Amino acid sequence: MTTTSKPRPTPRGEEAAYFDAAREHRLVFQRCQSCKATANYVRAICPTCGSTDVGIEDSAGRGTVHAFTTQLLPGGPGFADDVPYTLVLVDLDESFRVLADLVDADHDQVRVGTRVEVLFDDVDEELTLPRFRQVKEAS
Amino acid sequence: VSLRSKVAIVGAAEADWPRGHGRSPLGLAAQAASRAVTDAGLTLADVDGVFTTSAYHGFPGLSLCEYLGLAPRHLDTTAMGGCSFISHLGHAAAAIATGQCEVALVAYGSTQRSDGGKLVSLSEKLAFEEPYGLIHPVGAFGMIAHRHMATYGTTSAQLASLAVSARAWAGLNPRAPYRDPLTVADVLSSRTITTPLHKFDCCLVTDGGGAVVLTSAERARDLPQTPVYVRGAGETVNHRNVLDMPDLTTTRAGEAAGRALAMADVALADIDTAHVYDAFTISLLILLEDLGFCAKGEGGEYAASGAVAPGGSLALNPSGGGLSYCHPGMLGIFLILDAVEQLRGNAGDRQVDGATTSLVHGMGLTLAAHASAVLSTEV
Repeated sequence: MTTTSKPRPTPRGEEAAYFDAAREHRLVFQRCQSCKATANYVRAICPTCGSTDVGIEDSAGRGTVHAFTTQLLPGGPGFADDVPYTLVLVDLDESFRVLADLVDADHDQVRVGTRVEVLFDDVDEELTLPRFRQVKEAS
Repeated sequence: VSLRSKVAIVGAAEADWPRGHGRSPLGLAAQAASRAVTDAGLTLADVDGVFTTSAYHGFPGLSLCEYLGLAPRHLDTTAMGGCSFISHLGHAAAAIATGQCEVALVAYGSTQRSDGGKLVSLSEKLAFEEPYGLIHPVGAFGMIAHRHMATYGTTSAQLASLAVSARAWAGLNPRAPYRDPLTVADVLSSRTITTPLHKFDCCLVTDGGGAVVLTSAERARDLPQTPVYVRGAGETVNHRNVLDMPDLTTTRAGEAAGRALAMADVALADIDTAHVYDAFTISLLILLEDLGFCAKGEGGEYAASGAVAPGGSLALNPSGGGLSYCHPGMLGIFLILDAVEQLRGNAGDRQVDGATTSLVHGMGLTLAAHASAVLSTEV
């Protein structure tokens, strides 16, 4: 079991909203109630306009790969059994960005622009992590 | 009030960093500091301003001052990653020009290589990035490289040519640890670290220490070394975490450098040598574009043309840089030392004839922070 030695996030304050939602299998993002701009992660202020009137909305969980890399080295001892693994920056359709890993990735097939969707990995009772997988588009 | 040429670098030195040098990170910084003040014709007792940062010490200013036995009246531990020391030049200029200190020491030391070649860092991780095993910083640079390739058609061979050029410069540097020529094929056949980056797309991991001493332009004229004036300085923030990097292929490097060049009243075309942070081939390529040495998206062709190799149109990182000379965790102080060596005319086979003006540009983390300085022997 390498899962237990992987780093666990320590969300503080407003950061917890994202992980609380993930436990309910929801991917959420911040939208400013004043200027309507989204933010890439939840915070106590809108980095676009400076308003502190920010809200949380649910995402449909679909997006495109903005950038990716397939690591042949592990990002810590807990990842030693996982290499190679692909990390993605995903532009969600609601216009915010998430960094996560791509599960069951066909490493040679991933491209900038690849369509992906979120899935929720219940690591244990306290932690659920959003991850992504490639969308098999019906043609 | 312009800070242009109000202060000068009057002392500069490197620590010795062969394998088994037997010094701690502070020991390396101290050796460099001691040599730099001697080089300046001063002593440590003359230092009344200290500028430093560290990957080892959470309170690096206190640690360095205690180690050196200093009680400065001005302390600045601005932490912007590898470019911090270039930022410190501008901050030191402001501090000296406003009378907050008279003799400023900028110093750094690291035992990154002796620590096993893994990046030692006090840096915390963003909760939203931490669980996924992204290697800092190379994982983010893999993403950045893929994005640049997808957007502009940049190729791995073009990136590799920057490592080849750096090695060609290192071949002229008797202090460089690896001097044999490198080919594009060598780079492409070295092991992949994270796609699309190979081992030789990445900087060396070395130990090292470096320091510079600055004082007012007036006092500099009475000291033994040719004054290297801080003619311009600028800095800015791009992002902190790659998740929030606004554009993976473009940074605000040009804003920082633009401020430095404007303060100096120097055009980019008038730069004799350039010293640009080269932690990875892709980060260097993006900085060369953003600084204006080539157009955005044309960095690949520019690199492959040999423009930055010895004999090319731009004398870039003549020491061999982070890619082929020295990269002890943070490179910034070594970019400054490389420029000072050229401006003093001490660069041996690497010397650019008649060099009077250099642009030093550093980044921190994943192109996240930017600091620039125009250094010149002319005010």
